[in-house]
Formats: sequence, structure tokens, C-alpha cells
Amino acid sequence: MLSVVLIPLLPLLAVLINGIFGRKYLKESSHYFAVGSVAISFVLSVSLLVRMLSGASPITVNLYSWIFGGGFDVHIGFLIDPLSSVMLMVVTGVGLLIHIYSIGYMHGDPGYYRFFTYLNLFMVSMLLLVMGDNYLVLFIGWEGVGLCSYLLIAFWFEKESATKAGTKAFVVNRIGDAGFLIAIFLIAEQFGTLNYVEVFERAHELSTSMATAIALCLFVGAVGKSAQLPLYTWLPDAMEGPTPVSALIHAATMVTAGVYMVVRNHAIYDLAPIAMTVVAVTGGATAIFAATIGLVQTDIKRVLAYSTVSQLGYMFLGCGVGAYAAAIFHLVTHAFFKALLFLGSGSVIHALGGEQDIRKMGGLKAEIPVTAATFLIGTIAIAGLPPLAGFWSKDEILGMAFKGGHEALWLVGMSGAFLTSFYMFRLFYLTFAGTTRMTPEVAHHVHESPAAMTVPLMILAGLSLLGGLLLGFPPEGGWLHAFLAPVVSGEGAEAHHGFGAVDVALMAGSVLIALAGWWTAYTMYVRKPELAPSWAARFRGAYTLLLNKYWVDELYDALFVEPSKRLGLAWGWFDRVVIDGIVNGVGRMTAGGAWLSTWIEKHVLYAFLNVIGYGNHLGAALFRRLQTGYVHHYAVILLVGLFLMVTFFVWWQGGGVGSLLVQR
Amino acid sequence: MMQEILAGQQIGWPILTVVTFLPLVGALLVWAVRDAALAWRIGLATVAADFLASLPLFFVFEPDSAAMQFVERYPWIPSLGIGYHLGVDGISLLFVVLTTMLGLLIVIYSQGVIVDRVRGYLMALFALQTTMLGVFVSLDLVLFFLFWELMLIPSYFMIKLWGGEGRDNASIKYVLYTLLGSVLMLVGIVVLYLQHYRFASVHGLSPALSFDLLDLLRTPMSLDVQILIFVFLFFGFAFKTPLVPFHTWMPDALHAGPIAMSVILAGIKLGTFGFVRFSLPLLPDASRAVLPVMMVIALIGITYGAYIALIQTDFRRLLAYSSISHLGYVALGIFALTYQGIQGGIIQMINLGITTAGLFFFAGFLWTRRLTLTIAEFGGLAKGMPLLATFLLIIVLSSIGLPGTNGFIGEFLILFGAFKAHWIYGAIGVLGVILGAAYLLWFYERAIFGKVTKPENERLPDLNARELAVALPLVALIFWIGLYPSPFLHRINGSVEALHARLHPTTATAGVGTGLAEATAVPASAFEEAR
Repeated sequence: MLSVVLIPLLPLLAVLINGIFGRKYLKESSHYFAVGSVAISFVLSVSLLVRMLSGASPITVNLYSWIFGGGFDVHIGFLIDPLSSVMLMVVTGVGLLIHIYSIGYMHGDPGYYRFFTYLNLFMVSMLLLVMGDNYLVLFIGWEGVGLCSYLLIAFWFEKESATKAGTKAFVVNRIGDAGFLIAIFLIAEQFGTLNYVEVFERAHELSTSMATAIALCLFVGAVGKSAQLPLYTWLPDAMEGPTPVSALIHAATMVTAGVYMVVRNHAIYDLAPIAMTVVAVTGGATAIFAATIGLVQTDIKRVLAYSTVSQLGYMFLGCGVGAYAAAIFHLVTHAFFKALLFLGSGSVIHALGGEQDIRKMGGLKAEIPVTAATFLIGTIAIAGLPPLAGFWSKDEILGMAFKGGHEALWLVGMSGAFLTSFYMFRLFYLTFAGTTRMTPEVAHHVHESPAAMTVPLMILAGLSLLGGLLLGFPPEGGWLHAFLAPVVSGEGAEAHHGFGAVDVALMAGSVLIALAGWWTAYTMYVRKPELAPSWAARFRGAYTLLLNKYWVDELYDALFVEPSKRLGLAWGWFDRVVIDGIVNGVGRMTAGGAWLSTWIEKHVLYAFLNVIGYGNHLGAALFRRLQTGYVHHYAVILLVGLFLMVTFFVWWQGGGVGSLLVQR
Repeated sequence: MMQEILAGQQIGWPILTVVTFLPLVGALLVWAVRDAALAWRIGLATVAADFLASLPLFFVFEPDSAAMQFVERYPWIPSLGIGYHLGVDGISLLFVVLTTMLGLLIVIYSQGVIVDRVRGYLMALFALQTTMLGVFVSLDLVLFFLFWELMLIPSYFMIKLWGGEGRDNASIKYVLYTLLGSVLMLVGIVVLYLQHYRFASVHGLSPALSFDLLDLLRTPMSLDVQILIFVFLFFGFAFKTPLVPFHTWMPDALHAGPIAMSVILAGIKLGTFGFVRFSLPLLPDASRAVLPVMMVIALIGITYGAYIALIQTDFRRLLAYSSISHLGYVALGIFALTYQGIQGGIIQMINLGITTAGLFFFAGFLWTRRLTLTIAEFGGLAKGMPLLATFLLIIVLSSIGLPGTNGFIGEFLILFGAFKAHWIYGAIGVLGVILGAAYLLWFYERAIFGKVTKPENERLPDLNARELAVALPLVALIFWIGLYPSPFLHRINGSVEALHARLHPTTATAGVGTGLAEATAVPASAFEEAR
């Protein structure tokens, strides 16, 4: 299937073209190939979606054998089924919008060509990740997106905070990848193959404990990539990268890879109730934990970053209670509104000449109306007010949790929803409402962004407005659910409950809690702005704790980073002083032996030569020739060695084992 | 009897002899001329010719076969059973081509760097190349030992005469270590020889006296004797590899020697090759018996090297400890004795010849510009040297084992292989992967990223044409093996299968016994008789 192969291949070609010719020739025109290739990939993805919608069976493409031998064979191949088809739409669709946006946002940056090269490389990796028909192709994409994340976080490589954040992201992700690799080994050992179809067909053969082990190891990978507790710390730091990167990689696509992976493997998770509980609890805990940190952050992008961590938590909560379709639904709507919010924040930063601190903003509504309006739509969508996108997907996850008997998780989710609504409206009001707190020179230059940036904002705003209704109405029975049903339904998967009184009550609760969050933020930041500082002063301890993000970074530094360095130093000392010391000691002894041999040579051999009548002159000259530095000594040592060896043999021949050698 | 395909039938000319001794002829020619410029031209022609001559090995080699190919076999000292016996199989083939390729790249690199005693340098380099190639193609243990020992002389001179600070100490340490190891190895070889003699004379096999690997493979030995021989050979190979704790010559030699020597020592994996070529097939029972010990040694090496690499302040020392860690991985794969482990071990040895060698070349590029490799002296190089930054990053990523690069193929197979031996080996090995990313990316962050802080770094030139000529083939190989390893896997798989079958005779797959596997079929009962 050519169109399938072309989807990742075209961006790859653009990577090669921009990578090789960008610096010298293409420069400011690098985006033609970059955007063009993604646009064609998007069109091809749409055509695949249409095929899937028409009820075609999944398409598999087998390109070539990649790693093989000894009865084990992994090929490079693709699988297009409803799930990967939905992911393709998110990746290429949102990706395309963000590529277009970047033309405006990155304009004039000296690394323009480099930016588009990396961004396209990211597209290639992400496409491999969602299209692969086996775990190892998924893993190529998995590590590939990690690499691109690293490159793009550290894009402004002269900024120390950016390069540090890049390294941190890569290394923390590697911790997760280690778990993922172990899961792959377990699967390969159990099934002898890494192909999804073959593995899932025989998944029921797994014992519960093995299924649990595999599911948990896979989840370790997901925790790293999707920034869940306890490996979330890299994502807030990743905001050092350019804002389109935060939107594409650190909100809409890469960080959701973990959710995709869990849903893809639901056949294994369904067999492992303990693992499911771990997934759900981790998701719920992360959702509320990150939301609390988001309450007090003052950097516009960091608020969104913690919000992303929190929303990803909701998706895992959904996975953990078996609401796979709902999790994917939330993944899709989140891609819409979070990309919108990030791009909107980029537009704000762009307008303010690089300012990211919301304490120095305010009153921007009038200055940048398009950005403000679209940002408001994004805010309402994520806060969970109907009929915008976020309401339907989040409510469905919470509803499924409640009806599945996970009341505690539901309560956690509801509390998180309140916090989400609060911190998002806080962000909106501080940025766009009230009077301005900008410095005069910043205020002087404020301008609305160019069309390349505002048009993607408007499209994403449209999707955030209507996406939920179009994809997921009625709840649990929407279009998306029907489409995904062939992939995610299986034993233990959600059954269609129908729409009852419980659902209405739950929905009403969700709406109320979102409204409560909004009302609190409105009160604190618009009606009575003096409330916020006075509360901060009253709850000083809690406020400091949140402002410092629970000191988790410092804790990890003290627990893992510093001890590693100290261990390195200690072993380095041991290596130099103890091991090498022993070696040098032995060396000196041998050197002593060499000195002895030289002495014997000089005094005994020369004397001998003299005695037997050779001219002293001739003999000395001859031997000086042989004595080319140390090499000569080694000949002596070799002889000594041979002597020892012969001695050893004589001794050995007399012994028990030696008798084996010659006689019976 | 293991199948052999004679060079005469396969290609029509003694290709292995030509490839092995061509550099030596070049050395003599270089010696004969007085002019340095002419010496360079002859030198370049020599290694280029040697590389071209070795290419047919790769392309004519019959894939998926366990047979010894391009075999040349002549009696040499018949009274002692010593023969001139050359051949390559899936285990050694790639090493030969890798060696000639690196030889070529080293001369291209050196021409821009070495101005002092050029003729001597080239002669030492070429002598070294011949001896290394000899080690890879020898099928007679005396011939092998001869090449192995002769290698020391040019190595010694390379470090001693063209090295930097600390070269005296480094060269002595290197020679002493290797010499001690090889003396012990020689004991092992002699015991092996006597074992064969005893077995052959009892059973009236001929030849009774033989140092020939293929003859020795037919000699059954009790576990005790196998372990004894294993231990002797172990010292020879482990010192050379080096495995922790016998590694301290390595950081010194890699740090003090000339870049060319670092490339060779870090890139041509003679020690671990020795394990796969000799220890495993000759001593299968002992190999199985010592598996846990070797795995622990390997895992210690992985973590020990990685942690020490983390805190190094000098790029070459960092690379040295990184090499030690990577060699731990190779050992982990080989001694897992599983199919994927051995396969991955071999692929990874080749990978290191591309990746680690590449990193040392880049250390050389930086050294030429700044005459220091202290990491703190650099910083912000990406701005002025985009080509260097990009190529170095690709090689670093290959060393980290990123999928899509060669490093991943090796690492994945090794870890999977180790995992199959016991999950705990694989799990601990996987943790080393995290550290590998940490020390290399941290280095990259400090040296290449950031602001230019030193005025000396402001106007450093980017890679020149010569340096690109060194870097490009390596980068091409990184992606070739990473994305489409099939031609390489097909070439090694036949021999790996035979070796695997020999190591696990009970689980041997039916129909595999074309090669080494059959050798085990003969003697089990014969050995009992011999008792």
C-alpha cells in the first residue's frame, strides 16, 4: 500500500532535504517542504480514515525483515486500523496546523531550517509510533519522538536552562524506556513474536501474573513518556522549547503516546486487574497532584504544562477503569484544546516580545482580540463546560469510573475538575482581563499575530467548540466509540450502559463543579483581586509548598542525581588508587626484574664475551643495538614467562590432572 | 567435519593472504622511500587497495552458511602439526572488512595530523593492520598466537613514539598486561594441543599433532579440563578486551596514545572476538558452566564503566570508560550463550568499531583544533561548527543505542539474549542503558551546547573535507546497520546458529548440523571409551 508508506516517508524526505540543503540554500524557505510533506500526509491519512469508515478490514503493510535469526523475526511493517487511523488524524491534522503556525512564530529565527527539520523528524517518529504493526516499530517511534523532544527542547542551545531541560527529558524518558524494553523482552519470550495481531490473538494464553508483569512494565514506559507520577518532572522543564513544540510534542501528540500504547495493549491489560488498578490510581493521583501545582504557577506555559500532566492523568484514569474509548476520546479533544491553548500562549508571548510571566500581563483582551477569544474557548473547553469538547470526554471518563464502582477515583477526578476549572480561568483572567501590568515599552509593541498564527488558532477553536459533540455525542455511544469498537472491545471492555438518570446526575455534578471553579477564579481575580494575595499569606505553608512544586525536583536531585555522581567519584577513586595501584605495584616489581636482567647482561654477559675473546667494543655495540629501549626487557620477561610455564608443566605432569595428558 | 570452501574454488585467488599481507608490503615500500609526501601517497594507496581487496570477501561470502570460506591451507611445520590455515566464517568475516575500512580511514585522518616521523608511523600502522587481520583469519592456533603476539610490537611503538602525555607509563602497562595474558593463553593452547594429541593417538585419528582449530574442535574434553583451559584463555582474552577488573591499561592507553591507536584499541575488538572464536566453540561445557560468573563480570563492567564515565572531565577518558561499559555489554551478549546474545555480541563488536572509533576520531578533530580534550575547555561549539555538532550527535546517539542506528540493533539483541538466559541479567543490563544516555548527553550538553565561553572557541573552523571523508562513511554505516541490517545478519547467522547448536547440543535444532554442531556428535561416546 503506497499511500500508507508515503505517510511517514514524505516527512522523512523533507527531513533529508532540509537537513542537507537547509542551512546553505533553503534557509527561510525551509517550510515549503516541511509543511507540504505534512499536508500530503494529512490528506493521505484522511483517505485512510475514509477507507476505515467504509468498513474496510485493517490494512497491514510488511516492508522488510529488520532484525531476524534463530526463529525470531521482527519486520518493519504498518497496521492501519480504526485506532491508528484516529491517531493518524490527530498527529497529521494538529501537526499540520502547528507547522503552519510555526511559519509565523519562528519567522526570523537563525535556526529556522533546523526547526523544521526537527519538527518533521518528529512527525516521522510519531507516525511510526502510531502506525507500527509490532512493538519494535512502536519503539523506534517511541525513542525517535524522545530524541526530537530532546532536540527541540534544547533548540535554543545557547540557553543553559534549555539544554539542561533537554538532557533531563531524555534521561528521565530513558528510565521509562527501560521498563518498556523489559516488557518487550517478556512479550517476545512468551509469544516468540512482537507482532500485535499475533500477540493479541494469543494473549489469553498468558497467566495472570505474567500478564500483570508485562502490563506493569509497559506502564513504566507510559509513565515516562506521558509524564505521570513519579516521572513527570521533565515535562514542565520542557517548556524551555519553542511554543509550537510545547503544543505539538508536549501537549497534543508525543505525551499521549503512553495512552495510545496502553489502549493498544488492552488485551493484555484486561487480563491483569492489578495492573489496571495501578494505571487508574497513578492516573488519578497525577491528575490531582499536577493540578494543585498548576494553581500557583506564574509562567503562562508552566501552568499549561502542569495542566497537561493532569489531563494525561485523566486519560490513564480512563484506561485504568476500562474506559479505553473514552480515554482516546479525551486524547483527541485534549489535542484540540491544549494545542489551542499552547498556541494561544505562544501568540501572547509573541505579542509581548518574549514575556511569559502572567504577573506582567493583564488586559490583553483588547490588544489581541483573536488570541483572547480563542484562548477563552480553549479555557471553557478544558474547564469542562458543555457543550465544548472537554466536557464530553472528561465527563465520560468520570462517569465510567463512577459506574464501574471506582467511587474514590471519581471523587479524586471531580476534585481535579474543580481545580482545573479554577487554574484555567485564573490564567485567563490574569492574562487577558483587568488592567494591564505590562511595562510601557512592552505595551508599546503589543500586536496581534499574523494570519499564519491566528488561522490555526481559529481552526483549533472551532474543533474545541464542536469536536466533542461531533465525535462523542451521545455519551458512550458517539461516533468515535462506534468506530473504535472493533479495536477496543474485548473481554472486560466497557459495555454500552445506555443513558440513564445516573448519567444525568453525574453530568449535572460535573457542570456544577466546573462552574464552581470558574466562580472561585472570577471572585479571586476579577471581583475581589485583593483576595488572592491575602489567601496566599494566610495559607503560607501550603502556598510555598505548591509554589516550589512539592520540592520534588530537589528530592530527586538528592536521591538520585547527586548519589550517582558521588558513586562515580568513589569508583573513579577506587579505579585509580586501588586497582591501578595494584597494577602499578606489580609493574614496578617487574621493572625491578627488568633492571636485574639488564644488570646481569652488563656484568655477566659482557664479561663472558670479553673472556671468550670477542672484542669488548664489538660486543657492546652489538648488544646496544639489540637494546632498543624497553622492548628488550619484554623479551626477557617473555623468557621468564616461558620458563615458569615449563616449570608449571613439569609440576603438573606429576600431579593428578597431568596424568590425563600422556598416559591413561 | 566442518565444511570448508577453498578460496581457489570460491574466488580463484588467495584473497585472505593478499588482504592480510598487503599492508606489510606497503610498510616495506614506505620504508624504501625517503620522501614523506611520497610515503603518504604510498600509504594511502596501500590501505585503499587493502580495503578494496577485502570487499569481495563481503560480497562473495555465502550468506547463512556456517562453512569456513575463502580457505587457504598449507602445511608449515608438519612435525609439530602447525599449518598455515586461513579462513573466515560468519563470526570473523565482518571484522576483516571493518579492519581494512578503519585502516583506510585512519590513514586519511592521520595525513592531516601526523608530521613527525611519518614513515615510521605508517610502518607501525601497517604492521599493526597485518597482525590484526592475521588474528581474525587464522585457523591455526600457533599462527593465531604469532599474530597476536606480534601485534604488541607496533602497538608499543605507536603509543610510545606518537603518544602524548603519560605515554611511557601507558605503553609499558599495555605491553605488560597483554604479555602476561598471552603467556597464560599460550599455556591454555598447549594444554589443548596435548589433549588433542592424547585423544587422537588413542583413537588412531590423524593428524595426531595439530594446532588446527578445526581438528581441535573434534577433541572431546571433560568439564574439568575444559574449565582449566577456559581459565587460561580467559586471561589472554579478558586482559585484551579488557574486562573489569583487568582494564586499567585501557584508559591510560586510550588517553596517552595517538588518536589512531585509540581508534584501533577501541574499535577492533580482539579480546571479545577471541572468546567467540575459540573459547565458546572449543569449550562449550565450560562456557555453560561459567555463565553466571561471566554475566556478573559483564554486568559489573557495564555499571562500573558507566558510573566512572559520568564523572570524567576529559573527553578521551570518558570515551575510555564508556568503551569499558560497552565491552561489558558485548560480554553480556556473548556469554548469555543464547542465539540473540551471540548474534548481538558480534554485531555490537562491529558497531563499536564504527561508533566508538567514530567518537575517537571526533576527539581527534577537537584535539587538532584546541590541543586539549578537557570538557570544560569547550562549550557552545554548535554555533560555529554545525557540521561537527550534527555528525557528533549522530554518533553519540548510535552509542546510546537509539533505534534507527546500529547501536540499537546490537544492544537490543544483546539485552534480549541476556534476558533469555535469565531475566535478571537482562533487567540489570537494561538499567545500564539509562546511564549510557546520561554520561554522553551530559558531555554533549557541556561541550557542544551552551554559549561560547572561551575566546579560543569563537573562530574554530568546522569540519574540513578530509574530516568529512572520515565521518561520512561511519555515519552511513550507522544508518545502514540501524535501518537495514539484513545483509550483515545474513552473513553472521549461519555461524551463530552452528555455534549456538554446539553450545546447546540437546536443544539443537534439527537440520542445523552443517558445521560445528556435528563436531560434538562424534566424541561424546568416544570420550567415555577413552577413559
